[in-house]
Amino acid sequence: MTEGRRRYLLDREGVLGPLLLAPAVVYILALVGIPFFLAVGYSLSDVTVGDPSFDYVGLRNFRAVLDDPVFLRALRNSLFITVVTMVLVLVLGKILALVLVQDFRGKWLVRFLVLLPWTTPVSLATIAWLWLLDSLFSPIDWTLRWLGLLEGNLHWLGNDTLAMASVIAVQVWRIVPLAAVIISAGLIAIPPDINDAAEVDGAGFWRKLFQVTIPLTAPVMAVATLFGAILVFTDLSVVYVLTRGGPVDATQTLPTWAFFRGIQGGDLAQGAAVALFLLPLLVAMAVLILRAVRRMETM
Amino acid sequence: MSPPTATGDETGRPGADNRRQLAGRYARRRRWGRVGLYVAVVLLTLFAAFPFLWGAITSFKANQDLYSRDNNPFLFNFPPTLEHVRLLLHDTPFDTFVTNTLVVAVLVVLITLAASIPAAYSLARLDLRWGGAMGIAIFFVYLIPPSLLFISLSRVVSQLGLQDSRWALVVVYPTITIPVSVWLLIGFFKSIPRDMEEQAMVDGYGRVGAFVRTVLPLSFPGIVAVVVFTATLSASEFIYALAFVSRTSQKTIAVGVPTELVRGDVFFWQSLQAATILVAVPIALVFNAFLKRFVAGFTMGAVKG
Amino acid sequence: MATVEVKHLTKRFDGNATPAVDDLDLATGEGEYLVLLGPSGCGKTTLLRLIAGLEQPTEGEVFIGGEPMVGLPPRARKIAMVFQSYALYPHKTARRNIEFPLRAAGMASDERARKVEWASELLGITRLLDRRPRHLSGGERQRVALARALVREPDVFLLDEPLSNLDAKLRATARDDLKQFQDRVGTTTIYVTHDQVEAMGLGDRIAVMAEGRIRQLGTPFEVYDDPADTFVATFLGSPPMNMVARNDVTVGFRPESLLPKGVVEADADAVSVAFDVSRVEYLGAERQVIGTVEGLGPPTRAIALLPANVAAPVPAGETSDFVVRGADLRFFDKATGLRASRMVL
Repeated sequence: MTEGRRRYLLDREGVLGPLLLAPAVVYILALVGIPFFLAVGYSLSDVTVGDPSFDYVGLRNFRAVLDDPVFLRALRNSLFITVVTMVLVLVLGKILALVLVQDFRGKWLVRFLVLLPWTTPVSLATIAWLWLLDSLFSPIDWTLRWLGLLEGNLHWLGNDTLAMASVIAVQVWRIVPLAAVIISAGLIAIPPDINDAAEVDGAGFWRKLFQVTIPLTAPVMAVATLFGAILVFTDLSVVYVLTRGGPVDATQTLPTWAFFRGIQGGDLAQGAAVALFLLPLLVAMAVLILRAVRRMETM
Repeated sequence: MSPPTATGDETGRPGADNRRQLAGRYARRRRWGRVGLYVAVVLLTLFAAFPFLWGAITSFKANQDLYSRDNNPFLFNFPPTLEHVRLLLHDTPFDTFVTNTLVVAVLVVLITLAASIPAAYSLARLDLRWGGAMGIAIFFVYLIPPSLLFISLSRVVSQLGLQDSRWALVVVYPTITIPVSVWLLIGFFKSIPRDMEEQAMVDGYGRVGAFVRTVLPLSFPGIVAVVVFTATLSASEFIYALAFVSRTSQKTIAVGVPTELVRGDVFFWQSLQAATILVAVPIALVFNAFLKRFVAGFTMGAVKG
Repeated sequence: MATVEVKHLTKRFDGNATPAVDDLDLATGEGEYLVLLGPSGCGKTTLLRLIAGLEQPTEGEVFIGGEPMVGLPPRARKIAMVFQSYALYPHKTARRNIEFPLRAAGMASDERARKVEWASELLGITRLLDRRPRHLSGGERQRVALARALVREPDVFLLDEPLSNLDAKLRATARDDLKQFQDRVGTTTIYVTHDQVEAMGLGDRIAVMAEGRIRQLGTPFEVYDDPADTFVATFLGSPPMNMVARNDVTVGFRPESLLPKGVVEADADAVSVAFDVSRVEYLGAERQVIGTVEGLGPPTRAIALLPANVAAPVPAGETSDFVVRGADLRFFDKATGLRASRMVL
């Protein structure tokens, strides 16, 4: 009797469910949960690479971090870069999506080329930009000179404002393809009857775009925007490769500052404290995504 | 019953001459629209691809050609050379980086599939009390970014004795790939009607057997999406790779190329560009081939999950 | 109000050798309710879309109100269209849906409001104006779609199977609503459907279509009583016309014309047949008698439709004597299927 029972054990949902979930859950708990709480722990301690002993110091690190002008700069930069990038990504991504759903010759090639910024490893793509923005040999400067719009050189990565512009440009450049692909999926999902009806009803290109197409793809655009924002906000690679946070911390962002303080500087506690500031904003973004997605379901 | 009429004499359709004008106007609008489309296509494609186009040319440029302020960067002012590509392939650890990246990618894909397929099945098919909450929890885990965890994870990694080894990456990358893969696969599994599995169970298979025989083959596109996503992520991930591995022989492409193809202050630009192109093109080709499936998986996951 | 005319209209889609619409000629009268009837794939929806301007013809021309429509997009043709799915803008309220074409035309807001009120009163949806489509029933959505079409005061209404998304019970009342609507408004209407009951009930004239061509154009009575070929004969009427293939001609007669001997007064050209009954289905208002008919040609499966008030016993499993009056016989050429002249059998 018990023999028979045992054979069908795996058919019982109560047993099978948790069993199947176990590997994933254990993995996540071990390698995400533990480090997360460890990070919280570090931020409340005085751990450094040199002195790994754990001493509780309360919110001292957070106070120190908030007093640090570089940190405040990094926080402002992170927000600024993310917001500006996502506005540009939304506009350009929408245009690219509209283009990608049309039929035209050479579409496959265009799709391939247009996706390159997203599919290439970030660090490598950014390296290409490093030369493109070089203060002496930049091909961009060369082209501008050739067009007669510039004399001499622009210090793309040496000038505070230009460096920020460069970082934003590279982020926009790599995220637009992803946004366009997601938005074009949303465009395809609009029933063709609705487009036909708008045509018959007298809507020209612009009216159709703003009164029908954009409202109907709004949830998808929200998802694309928010995913992009998370990617930009938490990104280390672009700033690290392009400017190392420079010139003199002008383009420092939260992740890069956390890296410089925590790993390179050896102050794990402070690094962790800096990194933890990412969390509240990420949670806010997540809540917004979930709500936008829910609206998509009920449309 | 007549409707309230508009003011003026809006009688309706255009007369013959008006109509010809109208038709002409619409034809012109269509033409401009087409022109606009092609202009947009060209501009956007240039914007996206010009670093790569330039990179492809640069890979073969001679030093005198490249390190000159006034030479046209888009043409070969001096004859092209294979010198730098040869350098990349023979005199740098590039091939080691490629090997490491491939090893890491394959193993991470296997681990991810092994963990996420059962988990996704469990959450999609079996009605667990905390199933819905689990789904949201998974989503939130995805939001804890590497840039937050890498500091404490580096300690965990060194405690595990994996410091400076590619095994650190093999162990850690699934933490990023598993949540998204589970989310993607849930969407796929839910879209397949239960009837098929129930039929198989009536026919004599257990739950697991029924699942493997019926649902899994049908979710092939979703699994492909997971594989592509996981593989490309393993190849491009930067933060963990940078934080955990500093020994050259263990580096992956994403970290190795930016750090090793530099001697002091000198960047081997041509070799760097060659490396970028050599890595970017295959990945992009693979991605393009599976693009539709990937997007379908992504949007389905978003709506159903 | 205008007529619609189509001359030598052909539409070929890429990759298809056979045209969807094949050298078609058609002309409506003013204020006529014309139905395009046919099985799926016959080209009726394509024809509608060509008239609307949503597709461009490969050859031929479309005229609305006598004016050629070449080069004009839908919004310049003064037409309105109701789609099978109603195509209401899901993110807008019913009011905004109805208003949409008026805004596109640049109408002033008080003018717009008046028109919306007029249209919604005509269709009885005034209390629904502030709801979104997802909060409306199928029938209500249809009426909003009609209101949206109405406000433009088009010259032609184009309707693409608007009843097929409603469940059966609703369809009958909706059909009635549509007919009343058209009577009141009086605009030329072209209506596409695959349902012959709808076609017969609604149309002033019916164009029966198959494979991109019009097989017959006529009033419901004409296409039913005097079909132009075997396709029209068997497409209209449920159950379809019985067809017996003799070696010289195909003879057709409707199920309701096949009656037991003695029930109907035979005329000079009546034919007697032996009806070997296999099954009788009692359907309430009528009896369907299924069996094999002999004596007219080779034994052929046939159905007879007896109204309930014909009490003649028709036992299953036996052969009974049945009669078809000469006036009820239809003749078709064996090879082409086209209507042939009357014969005496």
